[in-house]
Amino acid sequence: MTAVQSVPTVPESRTAKGGRGARILKGLRRALPANTKARVGLGIIAAYVLVAAVGPWVVQSLMGLSPTDLTPDVLQPPSLAHPLGTTQDGSDVFAQLVVGTRTSLLVGAVAAIISTVLSVAIGLIGGYYGGTVDSVLGAITNAFLVLPGLPLVIVLAGYLQGRGGPYTVALVIGLTGWAWGARSKRVQTLSLRSRDFVLNARLLGESNRRIMAVEVLPNLLPVISATLMMSLVTSILAVSGLEFLGIGDINTTSWGQMLYLAQQRQALMSGAWWWFVPPGVAITVLGAAAGLVNFGIDELTNPRLRGARKQTRRAAEKSRTAGKAAQS
Amino acid sequence: MTATTLAPGGPVQAAGKAAGRRGGRRSRILLRRIGFYLGTAAVAITLNFVIPRLMPGDPASVILTKMGQKEQISPATEASIRALFGMPDTSLWQQYLDYLGQLAHLDFGTSITYFPTPVSTVISQGLPWTLGLVTLTTVLAFLLGTGLGILAGSRPGSRFDSVMAPLATFLGSMPYFWVATMMLLLLSVSVPVFPSQNGYDLALEPGLTPEFIGSVITYGTLPAITIIVSSVGGWLLGMRNMMITTVAEDYVSLAEAKGLSRWRVLLSYAARNAMLPQVASLAISIGSVVGGSLLAEAVFQYPGVGFLFYQAVINLDYPLMQALFLAISLSVLCANFIADSVYVFLDPRTREDA
Repeated sequence: MTAVQSVPTVPESRTAKGGRGARILKGLRRALPANTKARVGLGIIAAYVLVAAVGPWVVQSLMGLSPTDLTPDVLQPPSLAHPLGTTQDGSDVFAQLVVGTRTSLLVGAVAAIISTVLSVAIGLIGGYYGGTVDSVLGAITNAFLVLPGLPLVIVLAGYLQGRGGPYTVALVIGLTGWAWGARSKRVQTLSLRSRDFVLNARLLGESNRRIMAVEVLPNLLPVISATLMMSLVTSILAVSGLEFLGIGDINTTSWGQMLYLAQQRQALMSGAWWWFVPPGVAITVLGAAAGLVNFGIDELTNPRLRGARKQTRRAAEKSRTAGKAAQS
Repeated sequence: MTATTLAPGGPVQAAGKAAGRRGGRRSRILLRRIGFYLGTAAVAITLNFVIPRLMPGDPASVILTKMGQKEQISPATEASIRALFGMPDTSLWQQYLDYLGQLAHLDFGTSITYFPTPVSTVISQGLPWTLGLVTLTTVLAFLLGTGLGILAGSRPGSRFDSVMAPLATFLGSMPYFWVATMMLLLLSVSVPVFPSQNGYDLALEPGLTPEFIGSVITYGTLPAITIIVSSVGGWLLGMRNMMITTVAEDYVSLAEAKGLSRWRVLLSYAARNAMLPQVASLAISIGSVVGGSLLAEAVFQYPGVGFLFYQAVINLDYPLMQALFLAISLSVLCANFIADSVYVFLDPRTREDA
């Protein structure tokens, strides 16, 4: 939903360089979905991205905390020196959490980009050409949709054994998680295919490839940006699950890795809640943010979900005022 | 998260539009779905064949070396491992045929973790635990979530709804393994109400005795709560959103105008139609519930296939891992097919045109 609406701001900002920042901000505000839930969710996700971008620098250079240093302060509860306490090796949990945010988000982003590219390609081609191509691609999509994803990912990651670092796992998750997106893009392409401007381009003798790239693809951007974000979050959840099972790269610091080590070292039994609660909360809040955006998109696309609520609220207010009037 | 965005129609909506009479239509849809699921099963079986052959190195040699460290390997064992995991010298087609023959005899090789128990025996011991746990919790979560969704969706914006909808979003966002860890912390470590590990009291002899059944229930409670807590939110939100849409339909208003009782209107008019997408999404969510329960089982060391899977991965037990992948995938496909068939019989549209 973002890109299409923000298009008009681009030429403006080109002509007047001075007010560029303000214009972009204004454009951004206009491009944001007009739904509080979606905005809150996007805000939370933006905060995570900010932490991932500058957090490690702040924590390591400004606060002087290290996620990997082994210190004699073993299993310390939260204190001023260690805002979230320390692990069994004496490493700082807060530093691990912040550095882990970057790792987890990067890995999730790589997986999300791979799965989104695949889903666009498969959905677009299937929806545009229709016929046999569509039935074959549709059957493959449905097969990937009903096959349980996690066991497949576990098997693949089990063979790889952390080889190639965290990005191989991202590749695996991206390669297995595209089916949902492909479906929504196929549906969207189907409805675009019969529009006048596509027909127009075809009558002008444009090649199919060009029509798909120039006429159809830009109109898919809203759907693409929505699925990109959803698959970012689901990929992060999947990566964390894998790492929690111990099939990740042991040398990286990430949320799943923190939970894995906490589980391995019996943090639960020694009551070290500050070790395993923060990464879990980080994952949950990010997931909830995605849930909110999803919820908001549902409300935007299904007017009844919003309309009904406003109506009831209005009705409730009316009855309340009516009650007051009756009392006085 | 998954259930909310579902478009009604299930995974096999790509069906064409052949017109037909009442009975013929349904059986044709069912036949097409059987075809689809057989095809998907073939995809799963082929993936299982392709993956070890695509991986770097030679998994078959790794497995044979590992087994050789434990005991002398018989030529029969070596042959079955080679058939399952790759023979560099033979053609791919011949390998595929050998592999299929191996599956037809349910010979998945020997487990490394539980050497020298055959993989098929190991899995057949674990499968009932997971099947029982996942089936029971999925049914409970579905009923609970759908019921609460009916209540929340019948009066959108009410106090109940404004508590339930955000709560469901939040619960649905929590990863299974995290919920499992928190359950352990709250109900097993801090307040020792439930045991933290295993599927039954190991001091008891497994059998149909009251003591054993009781211990299965006590030991299964935490894993069950975990799966229900993690999956109920999706059902609740899905049903709530569908209810809000149906409650605004004209036929519901008509039923209200006729003076039917609130519950009758809600249940037999609104909820009955709002249920269809729920049943359709049942088929798709089974896969993710099974995936989540694998992680939960690993946390609780519950003796089902999830824990076996975990051990197989940790111990690089490729024969067990591959066979578990196949067993889980095929079970999920069966469950999907059942859910899909229920949908076909519930949806009145399958009588006319789809």
